[in-house]
Amino acid sequence: MATIYIDNKPYDVKDGGNLLHACLSLGFNLPYFCWHPAMHSVGACRQCAVKQFRSGHDTKGRIVMSCMTAATDGMRISIDDPEAAAFRKSIIEWLMTNHPHDCPVCDEGGECHLQDMTHMTGHVYRRFRFKKRTYLNQYLGPFLTHEMNRCIQCYRCVRFYRDYAGGRDFDVFASHNHVYFGRHRDGVLENEFSGNLAEVCPTGVFTDKTLKKHYTRKWDLQTAPSVCVHCSVGCNTIPGERYGELRRIRNRYNGEVNRYFLCDRGRYGYEFVNSALRIRAPLINPSASHNGGGGPVSGGERVAAKEEVLRYLSDILYFGARAIGIGSPRASLEANFALRSLVGAEHFYMGVPDTDFRLVTLIADVLRKGPARSPSLSEVEAADAVFVLGEDVTNTAPVLALALRQAARQKPLEIARKLRIPLWDDAAVRNAVQNVRGVFSVAAPYKTKLEEVASRSYHGAPDDLARLGFAVAHELNNENPAVEGLPDEVRSLAVSIAQDLKEAKRPLIISGAGCGSEAVIQAAANVAWALCSGKRQAGLCFAIPACNSMGLALMGGGSLGAAFKAAREGTADRAVILENDLYRCAPEEEVNAFFGQIRHTVVLDSLATPTVAKAEVVLPAAAFAEADGAMVNNEGRAQRFYQVFAPDNGIRESWRWLRDIMIAAGRADVREWQGLDNISAALAETLPVFRQAPEIAPPAGFRIAGMKIPRLPHRYSGRTAMFADITVYEPKPPRDPDSPLSFSMEGYQGQPPPALIPRFWAPGWNSVQSVNKFQSEVGGPLRGGDPGRRLIESAGVKAPFFKDIPDAFAPRTQEWLILPSYHIFGSEELSVLSPGIAELTPRPYVGLNAGDTGALRVSEGEEIAVAMNGAEFLLPVRHFPELPSGIAVLPSGIPGLQGLMLPAWGALAKRKTITVTGAT
Amino acid sequence: MERPLTQHMKPDGSALDISEYEKTGGYRAVRKALTMAPKEIQEMVRNSNLRGRGGAGFNTGQKWSFVPMGDDAPRPKYLICNADEMEPGTFKDRMLVEKNPHQLIEGMIISAFAIQADIAYVFLRDEYKTAGRRIAGAISEAYRSNYLGKNILGSDYSLDFHLHTSAGRYMCGEETALLNALEGKRATPRAKPPFPQTSGLWGKPTVVNNVETLCNVPHIVKNGVEWYKGLSRSEDGGTKIYGVSGRVKRPGLWELPMGTTVREIFDEHAGGMQDGYKFRCLIPGGASTEFLTGEHFDVKMDFDSVMKAGSRMGTGTMIVLDDTICPVGALYNLELFFARESCGWCTPCREGLPWVVRILKAIEEGHGEPDDLEKLEMHGKFLWLHFTYCALAPGAMEPLRSGLKLFRDEFERHIKEKRCPYENVPAARMNV
Repeated sequence: MATIYIDNKPYDVKDGGNLLHACLSLGFNLPYFCWHPAMHSVGACRQCAVKQFRSGHDTKGRIVMSCMTAATDGMRISIDDPEAAAFRKSIIEWLMTNHPHDCPVCDEGGECHLQDMTHMTGHVYRRFRFKKRTYLNQYLGPFLTHEMNRCIQCYRCVRFYRDYAGGRDFDVFASHNHVYFGRHRDGVLENEFSGNLAEVCPTGVFTDKTLKKHYTRKWDLQTAPSVCVHCSVGCNTIPGERYGELRRIRNRYNGEVNRYFLCDRGRYGYEFVNSALRIRAPLINPSASHNGGGGPVSGGERVAAKEEVLRYLSDILYFGARAIGIGSPRASLEANFALRSLVGAEHFYMGVPDTDFRLVTLIADVLRKGPARSPSLSEVEAADAVFVLGEDVTNTAPVLALALRQAARQKPLEIARKLRIPLWDDAAVRNAVQNVRGVFSVAAPYKTKLEEVASRSYHGAPDDLARLGFAVAHELNNENPAVEGLPDEVRSLAVSIAQDLKEAKRPLIISGAGCGSEAVIQAAANVAWALCSGKRQAGLCFAIPACNSMGLALMGGGSLGAAFKAAREGTADRAVILENDLYRCAPEEEVNAFFGQIRHTVVLDSLATPTVAKAEVVLPAAAFAEADGAMVNNEGRAQRFYQVFAPDNGIRESWRWLRDIMIAAGRADVREWQGLDNISAALAETLPVFRQAPEIAPPAGFRIAGMKIPRLPHRYSGRTAMFADITVYEPKPPRDPDSPLSFSMEGYQGQPPPALIPRFWAPGWNSVQSVNKFQSEVGGPLRGGDPGRRLIESAGVKAPFFKDIPDAFAPRTQEWLILPSYHIFGSEELSVLSPGIAELTPRPYVGLNAGDTGALRVSEGEEIAVAMNGAEFLLPVRHFPELPSGIAVLPSGIPGLQGLMLPAWGALAKRKTITVTGAT
Repeated sequence: MERPLTQHMKPDGSALDISEYEKTGGYRAVRKALTMAPKEIQEMVRNSNLRGRGGAGFNTGQKWSFVPMGDDAPRPKYLICNADEMEPGTFKDRMLVEKNPHQLIEGMIISAFAIQADIAYVFLRDEYKTAGRRIAGAISEAYRSNYLGKNILGSDYSLDFHLHTSAGRYMCGEETALLNALEGKRATPRAKPPFPQTSGLWGKPTVVNNVETLCNVPHIVKNGVEWYKGLSRSEDGGTKIYGVSGRVKRPGLWELPMGTTVREIFDEHAGGMQDGYKFRCLIPGGASTEFLTGEHFDVKMDFDSVMKAGSRMGTGTMIVLDDTICPVGALYNLELFFARESCGWCTPCREGLPWVVRILKAIEEGHGEPDDLEKLEMHGKFLWLHFTYCALAPGAMEPLRSGLKLFRDEFERHIKEKRCPYENVPAARMNV
């Protein structure tokens, strides 16, 4: 700690941190542009100038940039010094010489950092009487609009895009007052995190293009804290709604999880909520009962009243009926638990592909039964040696990949430390570190993007990846069995990786369900466990398929195969399917057979999926932004998400439907399930693993000074007029029995507990930068602690090493091992319904290495027939340069290729040799 | 009067080749240096008070002393010759490179040895085509004679030597922007600390010295500290290449004792004003220094004396303004240069200089407004050291600040009469 004097008053600050960080953390309003808490200082904008004095007697002082000056004990500075204040005002005056006065038509208006800073410095009068500079704008793809005239050249965009996120196709061009930020020519931005530019840019150069299509000012958006549903990382988000339509997603800072950034799938995947495929009322299709067929969306259905549906469901789902429930990894804990309560634990099945069932169950076990800790993303960023085994992280858990890019810098940062360069002096750090690579090994079936930062890489079949992992584990701890018959170069690679990890202070192993291989997960666990000795803790982090895969795995349940068996054997004849498209979980024929065996199919979902088409009764389920609930991310962190807006009359949370079915069926035990809190409490009581579930957020009865937390900003406009075309009476706002949030402008306007922050705003800080005011220290935890509770912790026991080492992969002559390849845009079910994401989704293809395409006598782009799991497809060939011979990949989950159940063996042949019977 | 740097240059302007250079005693200093301890050379240069000839005037030996030495010093270490001479009115380095490239190479070998550098670069202004050809030829000759490359002259010391021609921005002459440019990055400056001596080119210890500075080094090593200090008429050691441009009788460059007075340079060497023109003022050291007037003719041209007179010696190559040139127009011309050469990194320089240019242009074209001078003064105050990221904008403000004081009446007349009262308009009327 150091004591510094700010305008003659003493303050305790962190010794050696920069003054800007210190002043902001103390709550001072000091303007800045080029500095960013995640990207630190470069001293370009000169906006944060303060005056520094040599002593208490020095009255002259010297101007310094607070972002570039280390706070040291006894230091005296002045923020209010007239010269410093006048200079800060001049900076804005200079920026305004060229910045257009287009705030009324600018999408940033009302949440613009430049507006806030202009106001803060007091610049009001324009003295520049000459013409402004103008630029041409670029087309940058479906996510961002580009309006360069507004640019104030703070360089944050290029620093984020290139330095932080590793993008290459965006840069700064030209010089003096013609500096230009963009691409070398028009085109879709390639980086997966490009959408963050809308938040990183302090003004309206980069704005959300999807918002523009249904534009609403920040102050007119209804918002609530939410959690992303598009992968297992569980990034915290702030969705915004107006007129019943979801308008955008913004980042919600959580110091332990996503911190400042989201991926583009998370930011732009939200439009499925507004999709035409939404189910908005209960549907009954009598023709679909008694052994499947037709289905509501095929035209035989009719809209039914809620009461009628519940009465009917209580008839068919009476207590003791041979009903099974199929849960969902994209539904909340509460919804899954309600279904489990409806059908009984022994009739509850996890609605995931059988491979995922095995893998995620294994992962949940590994994290609880071994000594390695499942790290938060902030711990991932701090890792100084990383070994990625078998996962294409950029495409399966993008924000984890962004954190790993920062981890890759940890070891090289020692160069800067040695030179006594403070780590916040970003340009100096990067000049000292240059292109030195971190301690970072990547082993995956094909070349993945993280190899850009890797110091070692390896490509192999899943079994060979596992063998590499087992060999590394053996090198680290000889309790692990040796791997027989390993090629010399793989063995020496294993020795090097083991050495890297052994020398690290905070080693981290990353794996996941991506390869579909238990052996890979076991090998990763062995490596992490072998590293846990004495004081050293190793991190072990898995990417898993869906947003609540971990929650579902912790809840437990039967496999989908077992559910199908129950139907086949007649022990089940009615099924309740929760927020799940079974056609993505099993091959088409098996699912069809299942529906053929079930007499009554009830589906709760938000979207008209092929599964919905098979249902006799369809209940319209709330999408994430319309529901309250909790999910458990890949770390094991349970997080609460809240209803952003009250949906159409017919739409309700799945757990509410399921509760009402139970009540209609006379189940006394759920009578007290008035709201979410009661279900959460029942969950905690029933399943000890969830005993902390009620603690992840304040209960519904929570009030501050007797008030709820308003979802509407205090400046919300048009409230009394927005329904005037329907009625001139202002409708009563919807009630919210489930949370301390209200659908209203009235309520507590101060800072709520961190789990309840509906938006970041502070007086004078309308932009996203206002998050500074919500943190106990800028860049640190939110005041009151970062939200979410870890439900799982490692066991401090002896490592239960896995001993089964698979044989080396042996290519077959007539068959290919077909593995999934992943795409951030396309592989996830919900986001692909957003037009922007759909636009960037690849068309189906089959990936092969050049040698194998040669052997098949096909060239890139040419179609070949792929036969597997009884299905056949005609697919164009795409080259995957590093893919081992004998292996092919198919893009996972993309439209046209769902339900493939990979890995699998299949046949590939030139078009003429196979008779094609058609795709799914 | 001794003129160690220029005495052997050929009157026809061609370069000395290696044998001609060796005949004048060339490369003997290298042989001597290789027998000395690196630290000893550093000490010697420090004691000689050789001050940086690029304009800042920092003691060269002292600059070197911050380079980490010894076996555990980071490697490779770099020596870079800053030959990106782009200061308006300055052309001294060009002469040194064109006419005696081996003198520069010898100076660089010794300097590199003194800091135990492994690699040396000449960072040359791209427009200096002749200099580029000649230095490239000289480098090949020096390699062939084993003054460069592995085990120089049989010693343990090796040095790789490269010529790099700049893409051509004034900014590249700033030593840290030069490093970025050499790394292939944008030529924006770096903040100090860390200084290049500890984290320079590619993050390794680096010294950047000016051409003229490096050319002095062989003579110091060859002839000793006392001899070198004896060359000077001031505290600063050695001779200085002074230059004069403008409407004088004999514009040119002269190697004279450091501390020669403005009067001697102007009257004796440049021959005074051309007939029909009266002296108004001069900028002593390239465009980025404050004006000196007739009352400063007895000021000695050395770093400290010019500083005392309220300006800076800078590169020591003066631009003389006569009474037919509109001072507002001249300032407009200068500021236009600096505005165009701003790298665009920091706000005051990027946005402030173009505003200054527009105001000066407006005044010169008769559209000035009474409060324009206040705005110019605001820039003079805020585009200053510590306010801006590097010294480019403060350098641009030096002539403006003194011009606003010296020519206040001229500015006011322009604004009042809504026209430029001068008939003879300089080349400043270019479009922004």
